[in-house]
Amino acid sequence: MTESAKVDIQGLDLFYGRFQALKSVTMAVRERKITALIGPSGCGKSTLLRCLNRMNDLIAGAKVRGRVLLDGRDVYRPGADVDELRKRVGMVFQRPNPFPLSIFDNVVYGMRVAGTHNRGRLREAAESSLRGAWLWDQAKDRLDRSALALPLDQQQRLCIARLLAVEPEVILMDEPCSALDPIATGKIEELMLDLKERYTIAIVTHNMQQAARVSDFSGYMLLGEMVEYGSTGKLFTRPEKKLTEDYISGRFG
Amino acid sequence: MRVHPRYTQKAALALLGGATLLTVAVLVFIIFFVLEKGLPVLSLSFLFTNPQDMGRAGGILPTLIGTVALPVLALAIATPLGVGTAVYLTEYTRESGLTKVIRFGTDCLAGIPSIIFGLFGFIFFVTVLRLGWSILSGGLTLAFMVLPTIIRTSEEAIKAVPASYREVSFSLGATRWQTVRKVILPNALPGIVTGVMLGIGRSIGETAAVIFTAGSSLRMPHSVFDSVRTMSVHFYILAREGISNQNAYGTAAALIIAVLAVNLTAYWLMNRFIARRS
Ligand SMILES: Nc1ncnc2c1ncn2[C@@H]1O[C@H](COP(=O)(O)OP(=O)(O)O)[C@@H](O)[C@H]1O
Ligand SMILES: [Mg+2]
Repeated sequence: MTESAKVDIQGLDLFYGRFQALKSVTMAVRERKITALIGPSGCGKSTLLRCLNRMNDLIAGAKVRGRVLLDGRDVYRPGADVDELRKRVGMVFQRPNPFPLSIFDNVVYGMRVAGTHNRGRLREAAESSLRGAWLWDQAKDRLDRSALALPLDQQQRLCIARLLAVEPEVILMDEPCSALDPIATGKIEELMLDLKERYTIAIVTHNMQQAARVSDFSGYMLLGEMVEYGSTGKLFTRPEKKLTEDYISGRFG
Repeated sequence: MRVHPRYTQKAALALLGGATLLTVAVLVFIIFFVLEKGLPVLSLSFLFTNPQDMGRAGGILPTLIGTVALPVLALAIATPLGVGTAVYLTEYTRESGLTKVIRFGTDCLAGIPSIIFGLFGFIFFVTVLRLGWSILSGGLTLAFMVLPTIIRTSEEAIKAVPASYREVSFSLGATRWQTVRKVILPNALPGIVTGVMLGIGRSIGETAAVIFTAGSSLRMPHSVFDSVRTMSVHFYILAREGISNQNAYGTAAALIIAVLAVNLTAYWLMNRFIARRS
């Protein structure tokens, strides 16, 4: 394959205490493409995703072995700057989780944390991020109102806007639509296709139609192992492994 | 013999209702008893003039100052220490043997009778550190006394901040300290304020620990190194030594009103925080 790997995962093991949640996972997340992780619940999709920005560091007793290369450099190398990594690799969570602050303060949170306090620059960035998340028209007249007053799907897009404001390179999404209805889901999917023009995206989904609709590459996981990984078109029509075929055709999971 | 659930239900209701009624009745009785005897004495001039003849005549101005100064000093010391400890225990350490020991220690500290704190304060601050009977000795002693309350309430408040806020904050590149400052403390504030108010409530009426450390001078203090008498100590001395029952009740009424005011402010603050968040 000629496309470059933005994130290259090589032989990754992860242990929660004694329990091995990832078993020698190897996979690539390609630049400006959408890569989907599918598989039955509990197979390790979220765990794998959270290795890419080291969110698993927050879990007591989680240990990692193997390599995760971001632009060729191991994010788990000794002395790596984790806060810096998380600015480059941002995350959208399963449930919309805005802070109990105003819409504006939510969007610029990451910028303020990074040391930007110039009101004009914050305004500008807030507008372009909200536009980027297709929320500007709904939000522009109530930037100072509480983010919690927004409907759920707008809250989720606010979380995306909040992420865009720190100008990440990679966006990780862990079942970003599972709390949303089909119409809102459709909108987020369209947004993802728009975002991939500029960002590299990895998404976890339990919804295979969703993976088929939006992703360019897919990985099918089972019990902590990467069973099959390849282009979405091929994985969904001509899978190489019997296990994948069973899952795709709905005989399992 | 089986009693029909309808009757056990009625009995439970009666018992629980009775208990509540009794609590409220006792509270109301105490407040009315004190206010009834004290309010006739209470006036602006009683609050704001100096006492004469050991409190037999005149007002209670120095004790008013003592009653404000000691809790303010105590909380000014105990709040940063207590909140800092709570942040450290919840955010910077993982649950371990050490944190359990620290927590057990603070719980024990909370259960120590105040007179022991008074004795400790007398030996350590008044004598060893040579601070004498003073606002400073009293404030430091009260600070140690209310510290456990502040630590525990702050800890609970911090733990109640949704884990997702931390996750998001970290995922946006914030450091732990930035997360503490911008997300955790603001969201834990109502609980922390509650702890501080409880601390004020406890120290404002404290007598034993204060008598040993701040002394009981009726003169107007000029600095934190001067001895001072609080209203509760004043009440105790007036009543015990039979100096003036009337003025004792006047002082008690002022004290009760102060405590009520602190509690009402606490409720008001909490409601305001809660209203702002939802
Ligand atoms: N914090 C944790 N501690 C221990 N085990 C965990 C933890 N998080 C997840 N697991 C376990 O790891 C496995 C993979 O979980 P997860 O990555 O959440 O799966 P998925 O996202 O595919 O549903 C599951 O068996 C789960 O029980
Ligand atoms: Mg998951």
